[in-house]
Amino acid sequence: MSALCLYDYELDENCYKVRLLLAALGLTFRKIAVDMFPGAEEMAPSLLALNPTGSLPILQDDDLTLHGAEAILLYLAHHYDPSLQWLPRTPTLFGQVAMWLQFATVQCGASVLARRQSLFTAEAGEIGLLRQSKHALRIMDDHMTLREFDGDVWFVGTSATIADLALFPAIALSRDYGVEHEAYPALRRWMRKIRHLPGFLTMPGIPNYY
Amino acid sequence: MARTNDPVALDAWYAVETLSDVTRTPRQTRLLGQDIISCRSETGAPIVHAVGASHHLPVRERHGCLWTTLGKPDREIFEIAEAAETDRRFVPCGWVRLHASGPRVVENFLDMAHFPFIHTNILGAEPQTDVPPYDYEIRRDVDEVWATNCRFFQPRIAVTEENGDFVQLTFRVPTPFVVMLYRVCPSAPTRLDVIALFIQPMEENLCRAQPVMFLVDDRSAFNELLKFEQVIFLQDRIIVENQRPILLPLDPHGEIPTKADGSSIAYRRWLKEKGLRYGTTLNKP
Repeated sequence: MSALCLYDYELDENCYKVRLLLAALGLTFRKIAVDMFPGAEEMAPSLLALNPTGSLPILQDDDLTLHGAEAILLYLAHHYDPSLQWLPRTPTLFGQVAMWLQFATVQCGASVLARRQSLFTAEAGEIGLLRQSKHALRIMDDHMTLREFDGDVWFVGTSATIADLALFPAIALSRDYGVEHEAYPALRRWMRKIRHLPGFLTMPGIPNYY
Repeated sequence: MARTNDPVALDAWYAVETLSDVTRTPRQTRLLGQDIISCRSETGAPIVHAVGASHHLPVRERHGCLWTTLGKPDREIFEIAEAAETDRRFVPCGWVRLHASGPRVVENFLDMAHFPFIHTNILGAEPQTDVPPYDYEIRRDVDEVWATNCRFFQPRIAVTEENGDFVQLTFRVPTPFVVMLYRVCPSAPTRLDVIALFIQPMEENLCRAQPVMFLVDDRSAFNELLKFEQVIFLQDRIIVENQRPILLPLDPHGEIPTKADGSSIAYRRWLKEKGLRYGTTLNKP
C-alpha cells in the first residue's frame, strides 16, 4: 500500500475537494496542516520546493508529488477507483468530466478569490469577482436544470464523478462571500444529493444542518 | 461611512492589527466608520492615524496586537494575567471579517447551547445538549461581565484530547468588544487555558475579529492549534452573519431568553447601562 500524504488547510476549498474524494474512496492518508492564513506557509521555501506555484493542496504518493486540486482528483480517481465511477473512461463522459474540471479551475476561480477577500482581507470585496462568481453559478444552475428535465441528477453521466466534487465548493461556500442559494434551485437539489455521497464531510461554511 | 459619534464606542481601546503585521509598510483598515492607517516609524514605534488627519492616535502594544482608540478611554487595556507566564503558547489566529455587528459576535461566543449543533463532535454532540446551570454577574468593581461555574460536555475539548469530558469554563467580557474564555487545561488541570476574541468594529454591521490563544500545551504542533480554533471560528461565522436583527437587541422584551442565556442577559443589560449604541438597537428608530 502506498503512503498518501496531503498538505492541507482546513479552510481552503481546493483542499476540501481532495478530502471529499479521499473520503468517498475510503482511502487512508496522512494530513499535514499548513498555516495558509495568517501564516502564508504555502509560500515558504519548504513548500515552494514541493509546489512552485505556492498553492494548496499538494498530494504526495510515494515518490510522486502533485499540486492543483483537479489534477489530484484525476490522479486519485484514475489510480484508486477500480469501479471507474469517479472518472468514467467512455470518451464522451471522460470529455465532459474534463470540461467541468476545467470550469471548476477557471470559471470558479473567481469564487475562490471572492471568498478569500471576504474572509481574510480588511477591504470590501471586488464587485467584479462577485459578478464572475455569480455568472459561473448561473451556468452551473442552468446546466443542472436541463439535466433534471432528462431525469439526471449529476453533472455528467448517471453517477457522481470528480466533476461534481470539484464544482461543489463554489456554491456550497458561496454564503461565505455573500451569495445566497435562493437563486440556484437546481444546484440546491444537486447539493442535497452530494451530501448523501459515501464518506461526505463538511467544512466550516458548510453547516451540518441544512 | 462616517465615524460614529457614540461616545461609549469611541472611548474604548480596540485591537486593530496583529503586531507582527505592523511594519514600515502602512496598512489601512477601518474602526467605527473611520479609515485608519498603521505602520512603524523609523525608530520602530507604532503609529496610527486617521486617513486625512496627521495627528497620531493613542497606541498600545498588548496581547500580541496593536491597539488604538478614537476617543479618550478612562482606563488602560485590561490585563490577561496568564499571558505573562513564560511557558504559554501564544497563538494569534488571524483577522477574519464578518458581516455582523460586533456585539452579536460577543454574544455568540458566550453561548454554550449552540456547541452540539454548530461545532458538532468538537465542542459538543447530540444528545448531550443540556447547558447545566451556571452563575453570571456584572462585576461592579472591575466593570466586566463574568459567567462562572460553566460546564459542558465536549467530545474533543482541545487538540491534546481524543476523548470527551465535561469541560469547566469561565467566560469574561472585559470590554463591550472583547470576550474571553478560561478553560481548565485538560493536560494541566491546575491551570487555565485562555482564549480571547478581539473584535474590531468597522461598521455597525461589519467587523473583523481575531481569536488569540494563550495555551498550556507543549505537545501539539502550532498548526494543529491554529486549525482547531480557526475551524471553530469559521463554523460560527456563517451562523452569526445570519442572525436577525443584525444589530443586537437591547430591549428586554424583544426576545424570550432561556435559562441558558444568562450570560447574554447580563451582557445586554451591561451594554444598555453603558448606553452603547454602536452595533445595538439602542436609540434606533
